[in-house]
Amino acid sequence: MSIARLSPAAILVLLAVAALPLLVRIVSPASEKYYLHLLIQILLWSFIYTGWSLMGRFGLTSLGHGAFTGIGAYATVMLWNFAGLTPWLGIPISVALAAAVGVLVGYPCFRLRITGHYFALLTLALTEFVRLCIVGLRDYTGGSLGTQPRRYDDGLSLYALQFEPDRMLAYYIAFALWLLGLYVWLRVDASMDRYALDAASQDEDAAASVGIDVTREKLKITALSSALCALGGAIFAQYQMYIGPDTVAGLGTSLNIVFAVIAGGLWVPLGPTVGAVFTQVLAEGLRVAVQGSATLKSLLGSSALALDQAIYGLLLVLFIIYMPKGILGTGADWWRRWRKR
Amino acid sequence: MDCQLDIFFIEALINGLLLAGLLALLALGLNLIFGVIDVVWICYAELVMVGMYGLYHANKAGVPFLLAAVLAILLVAAAGALLHFLVIRPVLDTPPINQLLVTGGVLFLLQAAATMAFGIEFRNVGIRLGSLNLADMSFSWSRILAFLVALGGMLALWLFLKRTYVGTAIRAIAQDRQIMPLMGVDSRRLYLVTSAIGGGLAGLAATLMVLQYDIYPQIGLQFGPLIFMICVLGGLGNMIGGFIAAFIISQFIAVGSSCFHTEWGYAVAFLFFMVAIFLRPQGLFGGKA
Repeated sequence: MSIARLSPAAILVLLAVAALPLLVRIVSPASEKYYLHLLIQILLWSFIYTGWSLMGRFGLTSLGHGAFTGIGAYATVMLWNFAGLTPWLGIPISVALAAAVGVLVGYPCFRLRITGHYFALLTLALTEFVRLCIVGLRDYTGGSLGTQPRRYDDGLSLYALQFEPDRMLAYYIAFALWLLGLYVWLRVDASMDRYALDAASQDEDAAASVGIDVTREKLKITALSSALCALGGAIFAQYQMYIGPDTVAGLGTSLNIVFAVIAGGLWVPLGPTVGAVFTQVLAEGLRVAVQGSATLKSLLGSSALALDQAIYGLLLVLFIIYMPKGILGTGADWWRRWRKR
Repeated sequence: MDCQLDIFFIEALINGLLLAGLLALLALGLNLIFGVIDVVWICYAELVMVGMYGLYHANKAGVPFLLAAVLAILLVAAAGALLHFLVIRPVLDTPPINQLLVTGGVLFLLQAAATMAFGIEFRNVGIRLGSLNLADMSFSWSRILAFLVALGGMLALWLFLKRTYVGTAIRAIAQDRQIMPLMGVDSRRLYLVTSAIGGGLAGLAATLMVLQYDIYPQIGLQFGPLIFMICVLGGLGNMIGGFIAAFIISQFIAVGSSCFHTEWGYAVAFLFFMVAIFLRPQGLFGGKA
């Protein structure tokens, strides 16, 4: 995918996203930090969601990606805190580790043709296993309370890959990561592997009979997908400067990943991004709305904290029943139909 | 760590057995649903949570415990039927993974709704049954009761499936989904009945769990993964296999927890599960997939 082949609309979108922080600085300099934080969260999660969707779109519905983000985040921070290894080395190591775990679990799954429910439940077990290991190693990881990467200097360092205080810098790091995710998605989409995997997800026997090495193809995409999620988890940890088993690992993270992608759209490149925007804006928007209105506040009290999750759950049910292609996928369909007329 | 073959070890073994009864009961309802409707309710443990809250609040409002327990079972049975009617039925003909994911949405909804309605505090019905002391070992009566009721529940379900007309129809539809409608059986109604029974079993488990555990909105996350693991390990849809799998898993947890930290018992159980599935993908006791 070269720049020249991008459509004008796509270039416009990329430029707009690149210019967002400048817009924030002009429109609302007072709460710049807050808005940038929101945008960074959206971009980082978009990257992780995109990583998951690489697999998810081929019917490999993994509930194990919370394990991969967890491995990425924890291995990087543990190497830094206890071995003094810079994240520049720690991240590649943890990404490789996550990919290796993905392949290790994936290989028997694909050989034995564990798919559908069984694959989802098996990867769910992987997530729980990794989370329990994190909690169990509480002398190092801080257990269920989580831990922090050791701060280097004033928290702004190239060597330690710490950039949290400088939100502008953090934004462009997240932006670069997001671009990487999209690039990988498009590369996969344009590759032969994509057709092989599409075929395998429809009918494994038929795919194998025309010479597709189904296990190999699935392993490749699993390694790629788990590596991207681990990278996302590691950068997320570097930005948040805090890791907890429930924020970057565990079943909750896995489910959030799966559902945000489904809400946004599984089969379109920007679907995961739309899913991230949707979930973050829903949560923040409701929080602000409830905080801002005295009636709502007195009506809901502390239960407002769970309101976004309740609405989110309800919407998910409706999405899967009425628009399984997600927001962007359904929107694209409408657009196409509208243009045809 | 100290892990000798002493009386505490035996105590852990027996406690594991008692836990197995409860877990087997939890897995039973999910297994029934899967075997008959071919759907995984990923929110199954959240239905249990609904039953626990229902019982707790009925009991607090002055309803005697046993009556409240019956009400809770009916409540969850109704919730199961409603879940099938509103959520599962519309996606019954879509790819199976959709059915699993749609109940995931229900999981979020129920958890959040419970948080909003009841807060995040841990609650307890405050009934203490005391414990049975044998030699130097002690076993709480609530666990023994749970084990016995779980066995009774499983026996009752087995008799229902074997001896009644509806039960026979349910077994038949589990064997061949396509042919039964042609024989004049209303599969939609059977699915609804099955869902209600599955929910009722979740409710029964809930009445036993309130005696042993505190109630809080996230309790489903503690038990959900375990239940799925047991179902898959026993062969999804295989109820006897589920019971044996519950026994194996709970021994890992009980013994692991008594020798090491609690998490390691669970962690080893999950690891064992993954390895076991790789060795026997159809489940330890499943027939040919």
